[in-house]
Amino acid sequence: MEAIWDGLVEAFRLIFRGDGELFSIAGRSLLVSGSATALAMLVGVPLGYLLGRARFPARTLILAAVGTGMGMPPVVAGLVIWLLLVRSGPFGGFELIYTKQAMIIAQFLIATPLVIAFTAASIQALPARLPDLLTVLGAGRLRTLWLLAREARLGLLAAVMAGFGAVVSEVGASMAVGGNLVGDTRVLTTAIVTETSRADTERAIAYGLVLLAMAFAIVAVLTVVQQRSPR
Amino acid sequence: MPLARRLLVLFAVCALALTAACGGSDDEPGTIILATTTSTYDSGLLDELVPRFEERTGVTVKVIAVGTGAALRMAGEGNADVVLVHAPEAEAPYVASGDLVGGRLVMTNDFVVVGPPDDPAAAASAPDLPAALTAIAAGGRFVSRGDDSGTHKRELALWATAGIDPAGLSREETGQGMGATLTIASERRAYTLTDRATYLALRDVLDLAVVVEGDARLLNVYHAYLVNPDRHDGVAAKQAEAFVAFLLEPATQGLIGRFRVEEFGRSLFTPAVESPVGGG
Repeated sequence: MEAIWDGLVEAFRLIFRGDGELFSIAGRSLLVSGSATALAMLVGVPLGYLLGRARFPARTLILAAVGTGMGMPPVVAGLVIWLLLVRSGPFGGFELIYTKQAMIIAQFLIATPLVIAFTAASIQALPARLPDLLTVLGAGRLRTLWLLAREARLGLLAAVMAGFGAVVSEVGASMAVGGNLVGDTRVLTTAIVTETSRADTERAIAYGLVLLAMAFAIVAVLTVVQQRSPR
Repeated sequence: MPLARRLLVLFAVCALALTAACGGSDDEPGTIILATTTSTYDSGLLDELVPRFEERTGVTVKVIAVGTGAALRMAGEGNADVVLVHAPEAEAPYVASGDLVGGRLVMTNDFVVVGPPDDPAAAASAPDLPAALTAIAAGGRFVSRGDDSGTHKRELALWATAGIDPAGLSREETGQGMGATLTIASERRAYTLTDRATYLALRDVLDLAVVVEGDARLLNVYHAYLVNPDRHDGVAAKQAEAFVAFLLEPATQGLIGRFRVEEFGRSLFTPAVESPVGGG
């Protein structure tokens, strides 16, 4: 019990003293996971929209595959990307292994199925004739998309939160393809693993608190946007 | 359907953005991947040495801390430039195949068997190492790295010396690094084999005492090798060579010998120049 208390006290001291290491690691987590989530939204929302609206033969199969992807363990995504990017792998020539870019690619792979599935579900929840109705009412194509996105915003923002939450908290993929390099690819989760194995519990707790606080701040902002009344 | 085309364009833009976001590090002046063991890393030694090399040469060293087995495999497939490992028997095939060249002895330290301070298996009073292992086999729990690391390989070799089949023991494998394995052994009141450096670095938070030490079979030898650039494309041979040369410099060797001496009252690593096995 004492160790936990000491850890918390020391953790708060690190946070409020403005520990440089802590803030640079937290900033990196935000950069890597934020970029991965943004890319996942760019790719996942259009695909989710298609899956939600279009009707084609393999649609159910693809939805099932996406659902499976939602449950993919990050460490498996990490292994796949590692095998692709490592020097002896097919994309080894790009020299991306053990870089932030490699981490963004792996996290993109983890977040995209979540974004697709949430988007598809929220689009399907809209009345099927809504787009036609909007067109009849005189909305252009872009305006129709924008209005649809507004109507589906509960699901779309849930997609951002689910995607970001999944990648900012994962450790397996970041460790495998980032290599947990000090000052380069060490993020909050991999730093927690390192500090735990070095028995620096205070730092591990401090990193854990910052991770939680960061996730909370972002989800809180998104939730406010999500719950705001549309007009 | 125009909407589909619009989405297609958007998708193409994203793909481009992703490619652009990933093309950054091609023209970095010099970067090497050092595949090494968790013991050199968890003890903090490389944190002390690597920045000095980086500062002087401008070469970035990416330290990937894995078990010796994994480090050797990375090197064998050309996925690293230089390795720092501690399992001579496991290193030999890679040297024979020509994947690893320019092997040099960097430093030594020793393995120790640690266990609960009250020593329930009475291993400390055994006359020699095999007898101590026999005592542990008979009356104690043992936690193994189980990760194909140098320490794991040594542990298996030691059981063989004692004529014990580890499969029949009350023995658990963690599959994790030395730090994590020591913590698990401590919590489970079990014995384990560890390099002295990691044990000393974590001693304060562990409820473990040294049970067996000083046996010649417990000598832990660290070699550095270059990944053969003639066999593997993309190896940064010049920078890797410079790194090994840096490790062997008198100044670096001195740093290795003095590493955390004040904290522990003894050295964690013995530099190659003073080591009992001689230069290699």
